[in-house]
Amino acid sequence: MAYKILPTLYSFALLIALSVISGTAVAAGSTADHSTFEGLKRSFESGPDVTRACLECHTEAARQIHKTTHWTWEYENPKTGQLLGKKNVVNNFCLSTSSNIAACSTCHIGYGWKDDTFDFTSEQNVDCLVCHDTTGTYTKDPKNKAPDLTKVALNVGPTSRATCGECHFKGGGGEAVKHGDLDPSLDNPDIFVDVHMDKDGLDFVCSTCHSTDQHAVAGSRYTPKASDNHGIDVPGKSDGARTTCQSCHGDVPHVKNAKLNDHTDKLACQTCHIPEYSRGDYASKEWWDWSTAGQLKADNTPLSKVDANNHEIYNSKKGDFRWENNVIPEYVWFNGTVRYTLLGDKIDPTNVVPINSFEGSADDPEARIWPVKVMRGKQPYDRANMTLAVPHTVGKDGFWQTFEWKPSLARGMAAAGAKFSGEYDFVETTMMWPITHMVAPREQALGCDSCHARNGRMEAVAGVYIPGRDSLPLLDTLGFGLLGLTFAGTLFHGVMRFIFRNRG
Amino acid sequence: MADLKPIYVFKRFERFWHWSQAALIMFMALTGFEVHGTYMLFGFEQASSLHTTAAWALIGLWLFAIFWHLTTGEWKQYIPTTENMMGVMRYYSIGIFTGAPHPFKPTQLNKHNPMQRVAYLLFKVVMAPMIWISGLLYLYYNAWADWGLGELDLSVIALIHTAAAFMLLIFLVGHVYLTTTGHTLFSQIKAMITGWDEVEEDPQ
Ligand code: HEM
Repeated sequence: MAYKILPTLYSFALLIALSVISGTAVAAGSTADHSTFEGLKRSFESGPDVTRACLECHTEAARQIHKTTHWTWEYENPKTGQLLGKKNVVNNFCLSTSSNIAACSTCHIGYGWKDDTFDFTSEQNVDCLVCHDTTGTYTKDPKNKAPDLTKVALNVGPTSRATCGECHFKGGGGEAVKHGDLDPSLDNPDIFVDVHMDKDGLDFVCSTCHSTDQHAVAGSRYTPKASDNHGIDVPGKSDGARTTCQSCHGDVPHVKNAKLNDHTDKLACQTCHIPEYSRGDYASKEWWDWSTAGQLKADNTPLSKVDANNHEIYNSKKGDFRWENNVIPEYVWFNGTVRYTLLGDKIDPTNVVPINSFEGSADDPEARIWPVKVMRGKQPYDRANMTLAVPHTVGKDGFWQTFEWKPSLARGMAAAGAKFSGEYDFVETTMMWPITHMVAPREQALGCDSCHARNGRMEAVAGVYIPGRDSLPLLDTLGFGLLGLTFAGTLFHGVMRFIFRNRG
Repeated sequence: MADLKPIYVFKRFERFWHWSQAALIMFMALTGFEVHGTYMLFGFEQASSLHTTAAWALIGLWLFAIFWHLTTGEWKQYIPTTENMMGVMRYYSIGIFTGAPHPFKPTQLNKHNPMQRVAYLLFKVVMAPMIWISGLLYLYYNAWADWGLGELDLSVIALIHTAAAFMLLIFLVGHVYLTTTGHTLFSQIKAMITGWDEVEEDPQ
């Protein structure tokens, strides 16, 4: 083992030596070393106190942040007119932020969002550090050790995989729960987990592709770009966002096997190049059944069960879970338009209810076949009003303490401004997440046979003729039938010739 | 039995063209029906790429063959005729069992009996164009919109292509069987290899 550990030790020693010499680690390419700024060499009482210091030089930063979805948690989809954003949507993980915002807002880039009274125009309430910390010690969670704000402030730098990951790798209430293609494996991934983020190779950070302009980060799950026909994005000719594969690779990227380029009008790059999701060290949650939540131990305390892989499969607060690694995605046509089932929308509980649905079809030139994670589960709904129902979960009067559905739902619905009849039950739901991160090395991209086969990955994708998958059974029957008949006919003729060979 | 006289019927290019075409078509049926999903042999990627390579070879071969047929006037061999058609048909359905003589005697200027003329003409003007036109369209599927063919449907092109492939296979079976009906089982095959056929000497 020594030969493996030694180089690591050397590089650690080297790193320490380097940072001693240079004092601090200034981001490569930066023109400012914040550790030399007198204005930051003081003690800070609070986060907002730090922000005030930042704003002395970065005078526009907070107002820029105020315009972003990262701040508002609200987004109006111009195509559907639906009012979305974390503040408004229902999902099938922790269900809803509304009455639980005090807990959910640990991932908000602000200070002090506890309820409706939060001041969204406050500049000092913008949390600069949660994105710009480079020490890895910054945290707002009161359960953690309070960070040394002076040290954090003196070491601010660009965003990193770790800062973005602090929230985005933990969506759904825990590491790797939500997306399937975003989890802490991406903090320091090798090339097999992500070709672009490979720490020993390209070493991309999130913002390499999620390019920012005035603090607005490109790329959105509310209105993803499902197709990109503009080829490589040239400054001045495009919006400058680099969130699609095509932004850098163009739309005819395959050189060695040009036939593959014939697929780009129908397939998202991700379909072949992300053969599975949760390809790192973490399993992702595939099933969450709230209907079983609330079972308690004999002494009325909550219980938790884990499986052989140490994945939690039951928790009194949340119900049953299923986790999976290296999951083969499902495939759907997607044109970028996502329609949500919002609180108040009528549902049909006799069927599985789609929390969101991806629009698009084979005839839609904007649509491509996309890999998706389909999160499935059961969640409460209002049996009289036929709407989804969201509970109040956190706090003393929340479900996670009381384990009583009815009052929790009543509180949750009231806080969300929705009608609740008092009658509830559980309905199975699905929610789709486009798979786009954790791009595999090219050798691991899907081969033709994965889809060009009967019972292949494209089995459920309609509206397109796929050689090897599709055929007209009638033609095959007719063709092989006639071929057989011809063969039999010649055989008969030949036998007859043999029998009559001595005539004449 | 009458004496057999050797005549030179199949010229060098013709033999080369015939056998290359035979090999290519059999190979393309093999790879094509794998692409079709009928079985697994090379794997889809290989099958598709081999099929495409062979397609270009076959198209190239056909271009040479068309040129040859036009410049040598050999295309006239395929002008259909009804003369003696009934006789030939009667021969294959009855005469061949009763030991009757073949009603057609090939010469250099008239190598094919009336049934062959029709069958080969059908091959050349129906089956072959059907398969290469549909095949080329299949290959350039992504260019349809640019060519103003945006309304075409791949499933239809694939259907035509597959139907033509079946026709070729059926032709192949009948064709190979009929080669065994010469003076001996393999005399026809031998003629197509060496170029020399044997015809019965006119007894007069
Ligand atoms: C000039 C000649 C030909 C051309 C240009 C051609 C081209 C093609 C192309 C491009 C494909 C689709 C392959 C893919 O999706 O990767 C194909 C499929 C196929 N080819 Fe050909 N081909 C030719 C001749 C033949 C011949 C001679 C045969 C058989 C005797 C044949 C049988 C097939 C079959 C059965 C398929 C599968 C069709 C389906 O299931 O969709 N082809 N061909």
